[in-house]
Amino acid sequence: MAAEALTPEAVFNQLNDTFSDYELTYDENVPCIIVPANAIRDVAMQLRDAEEYAFDYLMSLSGVDNGDETLGVVYHLYSFTYKNQLTLKVIVPKEDPKLKSVARIWLTADWHEREAYDLVGMTFEGHPDHRRILMPYDWEGHPLRKDYEVPEFYNGMKVPY
Amino acid sequence: MGLLSQQFDNSNIVITSVEGVLNWARLCSLWQMSFGLACCAIEMMAASASHYDIMRFGVLPRPSPRQCDVMIVAGTVTLKMATRVKRLYEQMAEPRYVVSMGSCSNCGGPYWEHGYHVLKGVDRVIPVDVYVPGCPPRPEALLEGWMRLQEKVRDFTLVKDSSKQTTEKQVA
Amino acid sequence: MQEELLELREDIASGIDSGKLRTDEMVLNMGPQHPSTHGVLRLELVLDGEVVVKIIPHLGYLHRCFEKHAEAMTYPQVIPYCDRMDYLAAMNNDHGYALAVERLMDIQVPERVEYIRVIMAELQRIASHLVAIGTFGMDIGAFTPFLYCFRDREFILDIFEKTCGARLLYNYIWIGGLSHDVYDGFEKDVMQFIKAFRPTITEVNNLLNYNKVFIERCASIGVLPPDVGISFGCSGPMLRGSGVDFDLRRDDPYSIYDRFEWDVIVGDGSAGTLGDCWDRHMVRVKEMEESCKIIEQAIAGLPEGDISEAIPKRVRPLAGEIYTRVENPRGELGYYIISDGKGNPFRVKVRAPGFVNLSVIDAISRGCLVADLVAILGSIDIVLGEVDR
Ligand code: SF4
Repeated sequence: MAAEALTPEAVFNQLNDTFSDYELTYDENVPCIIVPANAIRDVAMQLRDAEEYAFDYLMSLSGVDNGDETLGVVYHLYSFTYKNQLTLKVIVPKEDPKLKSVARIWLTADWHEREAYDLVGMTFEGHPDHRRILMPYDWEGHPLRKDYEVPEFYNGMKVPY
Repeated sequence: MGLLSQQFDNSNIVITSVEGVLNWARLCSLWQMSFGLACCAIEMMAASASHYDIMRFGVLPRPSPRQCDVMIVAGTVTLKMATRVKRLYEQMAEPRYVVSMGSCSNCGGPYWEHGYHVLKGVDRVIPVDVYVPGCPPRPEALLEGWMRLQEKVRDFTLVKDSSKQTTEKQVA
Repeated sequence: MQEELLELREDIASGIDSGKLRTDEMVLNMGPQHPSTHGVLRLELVLDGEVVVKIIPHLGYLHRCFEKHAEAMTYPQVIPYCDRMDYLAAMNNDHGYALAVERLMDIQVPERVEYIRVIMAELQRIASHLVAIGTFGMDIGAFTPFLYCFRDREFILDIFEKTCGARLLYNYIWIGGLSHDVYDGFEKDVMQFIKAFRPTITEVNNLLNYNKVFIERCASIGVLPPDVGISFGCSGPMLRGSGVDFDLRRDDPYSIYDRFEWDVIVGDGSAGTLGDCWDRHMVRVKEMEESCKIIEQAIAGLPEGDISEAIPKRVRPLAGEIYTRVENPRGELGYYIISDGKGNPFRVKVRAPGFVNLSVIDAISRGCLVADLVAILGSIDIVLGEVDR
């Protein structure tokens, strides 16, 4: 462990140099790096494998309905080597919520992506096993969307109280 | 038998009804299906562990529904689980009883309003004999529910419905 | 015959087909009603004879829509639902949630509250580990340790009950404070408990942990290599059992854990291979002793003060977001809260340790026997309430 832990801003600046053909942005309120949907796998790979980052631990992956025609996926990373954290965000439009899967990079993401698909409803391209995980396989809709309406009946059972 | 021990001078005969003996035997050995759903299951486990010792009521947890008399629905029944609960109930041999333990299986409990995946009461899929309220009910409450169930078993009758009997006689 | 079986198992575990004779694969369903799945987990097992080739877990039989509830409730109202998520460690769950909201709102909590929280969280950790140890023994066929563990757990529950009235789900740790101050004689009760509890650890050790039969059942079963554990995101005793020295109480200190002297327990593979079921189990056993140490120090340093002075009248954080993680008995419990400045959270996502730990089940049980699978599941120590939320 030679180098110091990088701040999110420093990580952003370095990433921006590496991936100059993608449009990364930095949000200093949170602070987090906003990554375009098609770049997330390359960025994730770099963050995990490059020695100066070594983010080998995906703490959490959350699907969010932003409420304004977009969905978001938030990645919280941690590095065992440097003991620092980093937040990544991907924002996708609601009509076409597709982004690349990172399930092969961090195995944690496998189930988390299935959960995000199940509850919020974005599609992870390249996921090895893209199914619902919590809701029944024949359930319709994605319950954590802000505009979700609970169905009256499921399989002959009344759902509302 | 504690009440009767040492009460007789020599070996003796007790006269009672068949019903009485059978029901007494059954109510003292109600076997329970060991099957927990959620938080209430922990209290159910506590009830069968050292402090509360539900086994003194003759309760033996059995994993297989075929060997059980009572199903304790301990916890939240979700829509995904409901069909399984129903199947388990159907697999039990008659006569069978259901104790619904905790608010969740009584009526949906804390999840009644926004629980899009929670069945609001297990009585929507299977018949329930005893409801034990609480979130979670204390083990004492479960024991109380158990005694209520024993009362119910004690009143079980082998005699056909008397009104039916007369009609049958009349037909004969 | 025995050797052939072993070779076949190795083949399956490594994923290399070296031409060993295989029979037709069979699919067997385990759960959702199975006494050793610790609740309502369903595993679809693909078997070759008695050997597990593949496991397809099916979750969601206890999906209680926590995240939807959190969006519909005000911040303080979410706490009872946090209790119900991991119902064996309700205090730790509340602690994590309260901490997250406090950080979001910049609340400074009084010293006394911090101390009481730590005492409660550690007592809860002992209680939770006791259940884990007892039921793990029961899965493997030892019934007696279960009774010992539950006996001592009841003493902890009595302390909780005296403090806040509830046995299992407490709603005790509030945002900025606690629901009640501790009762008179609390310190004495806790110290008495610890004094009475230490012999239990020895008892359980003698009865279960160093029992030849038990070791045979657990050693070198379900080995989780450290790098696989990290990639899967395992945490808590699961990861420490594999020899990774990582505990959030020390590595990402929250509350006042940095003031106490205690050790992080890691597995050493002394019974078989590093990261096997026995290691994970022993980490839990030894951790109870460490928790006792923390509790003793916290009781000694417990300051006087008012517990309710920092409880906000209205909980309405400014717009923003936060990810907070705490060490729950099962591992890293994370709360990701987004606030939009209203009285309800905009989104609460829970990173449940059980959910993540369970996802390794397929990877670590290939090539094991069905009977060993029960041991592996028991050693992961899942609580379905938080796996499915
Ligand atoms: S009634 Fe309460 S304790 Fe019982 S399962 Fe429901 S939420 Fe859990």
